[in-house]
Amino acid sequence: MKHKTFFWFILPTSLAMLLFIALPIVSVIIQSVHAPHEQVIVEVENCDIFGCKKSTMIDQEATQSLRDADPLGRFVGTDIYTNRNHLALAEVADAWRASSGVKDFTAQIMNLPFYKAFAFTLTYTFVVTPLVVILGFMVAVAVNSIPSVLRGPTIFLSLLPMIITPLIGSLILFWMIDSRGIIGSFIQTLAGDPNLSLKASTPLTWVMLIVYGVWHSAPFAFVVYYAGLQTVPKDTLESAMIDGASRWEQIRYVVVPHLLPLTTFIMLMQLMDNFRVFEPIVGFNASAHATSLSYFIYDDLGGETRLLSSAAATSVLTIVGVAILLTPVLIRTWRDFSRK
Amino acid sequence: MKTLLKGTLAGALLLSAAPAVYAACDITEGRVSIVGNEFPAIQTVAAGAMACAGDGVEVTANLTADHQKINLPGMQGNPAEYTSAIIANSSIVALMNEDVIRPLDDLIAKHGQDIPKNQLITINGKVMAVAFMANAQHLTYRKDVLADLGVEPPKSYEDMLAAAEAVRAAGVSEYPLGGAYAAGWNLAQEFVNMYIGHGGEFYQSGTAQPSINNEQGVAALNMMKSLSEYMNPDFLTHDSNATGAEMEAGNVIMMNMWGSRIGNLQDDEGAPPEIASNIAVAGPLMVGDSGTPATTLWWDGWTVAKNISDEDAEATFLAMKNGISPGILNEETMGQAVWMIEGYTPAPVNQGVFDAIAAGSTAYPMLPYHGLMHTALGNEIADFLTGKEDAATTLADIEAAYTTAAQEKGFL
Repeated sequence: MKHKTFFWFILPTSLAMLLFIALPIVSVIIQSVHAPHEQVIVEVENCDIFGCKKSTMIDQEATQSLRDADPLGRFVGTDIYTNRNHLALAEVADAWRASSGVKDFTAQIMNLPFYKAFAFTLTYTFVVTPLVVILGFMVAVAVNSIPSVLRGPTIFLSLLPMIITPLIGSLILFWMIDSRGIIGSFIQTLAGDPNLSLKASTPLTWVMLIVYGVWHSAPFAFVVYYAGLQTVPKDTLESAMIDGASRWEQIRYVVVPHLLPLTTFIMLMQLMDNFRVFEPIVGFNASAHATSLSYFIYDDLGGETRLLSSAAATSVLTIVGVAILLTPVLIRTWRDFSRK
Repeated sequence: MKTLLKGTLAGALLLSAAPAVYAACDITEGRVSIVGNEFPAIQTVAAGAMACAGDGVEVTANLTADHQKINLPGMQGNPAEYTSAIIANSSIVALMNEDVIRPLDDLIAKHGQDIPKNQLITINGKVMAVAFMANAQHLTYRKDVLADLGVEPPKSYEDMLAAAEAVRAAGVSEYPLGGAYAAGWNLAQEFVNMYIGHGGEFYQSGTAQPSINNEQGVAALNMMKSLSEYMNPDFLTHDSNATGAEMEAGNVIMMNMWGSRIGNLQDDEGAPPEIASNIAVAGPLMVGDSGTPATTLWWDGWTVAKNISDEDAEATFLAMKNGISPGILNEETMGQAVWMIEGYTPAPVNQGVFDAIAAGSTAYPMLPYHGLMHTALGNEIADFLTGKEDAATTLADIEAAYTTAAQEKGFL
């Protein structure tokens, strides 16, 4: 392709990416190094239907002049990133000095909100992603080998978990796993413990969220693998069969290597998706036991008093996290590409 | 457009029913746009305001449970999208902090002389809102179950624990207590109640410095934990809707519940008649020996946006005034709330809220930084109730989380 043709071909996309991806990221970064001005507080008397009492309010006139002088707010540098509600550098250092051992240190770190959210986010990402890949592959191979009459309906049913909106899907499951719900009581019977509650225990809540994540995302891997299975060269499979390869050996030595590029693609998408896990935590009302980086942002933006700078800092940290996660996969793709 | 049409339609419908209401509006032109929470009492007020729609007067309402997420952005523009926000004593603070609502003194002098003085909410000597209803959490219980067991309705949380033990021992219900203990806003609200009930102060006097890591804080947390042992193990996921449903299902025998929700518990939807007819209310519960009930008082009222023209402000004021005029009260609307409106006659369903006011309960703190405290409470208390850490650690965590947020916002 000529350079000129390439330029015009790529122009609309680059413009859209600049406008909808690059600019917002720049704006978020600017927001994250600024905080609202010092509020000028005055003591006042408030009267409502229950009587009068002393209270405080923001002196709007005094605060307004500060805002006019510096509309972005006060520059705080990396203060928001390092404060207790984010990376908590001072608290981590204190914990390191004061802790009696690794276990105590970990416990103290896990008490900090950001690290608590980070721990769940990472666990979720690294457990759900491989399980989705494996389960999706197994379903695809199974569906590919059933008679073609049944394939259509089976594919449709297998895709259902992905079609249901995550929030709705998790809400439905939320009621099914209730201690009086159908799944909840079944598990109680299995465990022989009538007081067992999935929602009341932190480890079980984590398991529940992870199972939900796999259930929801496996169809994506299935659909990609199923499409890929249609491109497996028949000749190679037949020659493997003639060589006496069992079904397992055919999959192991022909199908899996053929689908490897697709696996990289699925891993890439799933790592990104799972790192920003959010809806199940809201749907399962699970914030008492598990929070994620995205939930953290939601919490900052959803309170009566919004914490915009805090939400911006967490967003930047999330972007950095995604970048770090994807680096190995991207390096691998680049190597494969250069080799060819 | 759709809401506009609906507004005009609703207005026209009400018009035919009560022509006197229209005459009372007295608006010639202007734009009125209301944003507020969605429950029956507020729908009644909005319908009353919409009755003012007519030639050159446009009245629309956007009532949604997510009103707090949209009212501030919707009033920050110039001109503001919403000319009036219906708010409560906690949520007016967010609008005051960003300076998006206007003082109403001039409009009251011109048009509002007949609004009873006790409905006017004054902040620093200026009227900033007009209240139309009161709300509070108070005891709600099953009178049949307690009477069968010969247990008096509890007056304090200590009594409630004893009564819960009696109900459990009798085998009536394994988890007889209810509570809106869902992590987040609800859980924080229960702590606010319990801490105030123990006589605690949230801040060092006159400053935004937190002061909850004390004896009262520990006592409040311990009482919440004792209560939670009589609650459904999923209590950290139960908001007031869920705990209300548990009472309607006959599982919960006693709970601390919002006055505005009792009507829904006692009506013929949800609960079978033998349960619904036995749901009774009583005053707020005491705790410890502070003499202050463990509850907070709330009001709901309306405001007028700052960034709008004087004509629109005037039209909004008149329409909202019509929305809370005695004309909106009828047989159906009377029991929807504890109305602060002339002509309101209290019904038994509202007795709990009246008792809460009479018992000298404290109003929910109307401080610019209390929203941050509420958020910190809602995020941290679960760690104590699940047994992950002790009370002192949780209280220290709350103070630290609040302090960090308050520093970012410029309060400290």
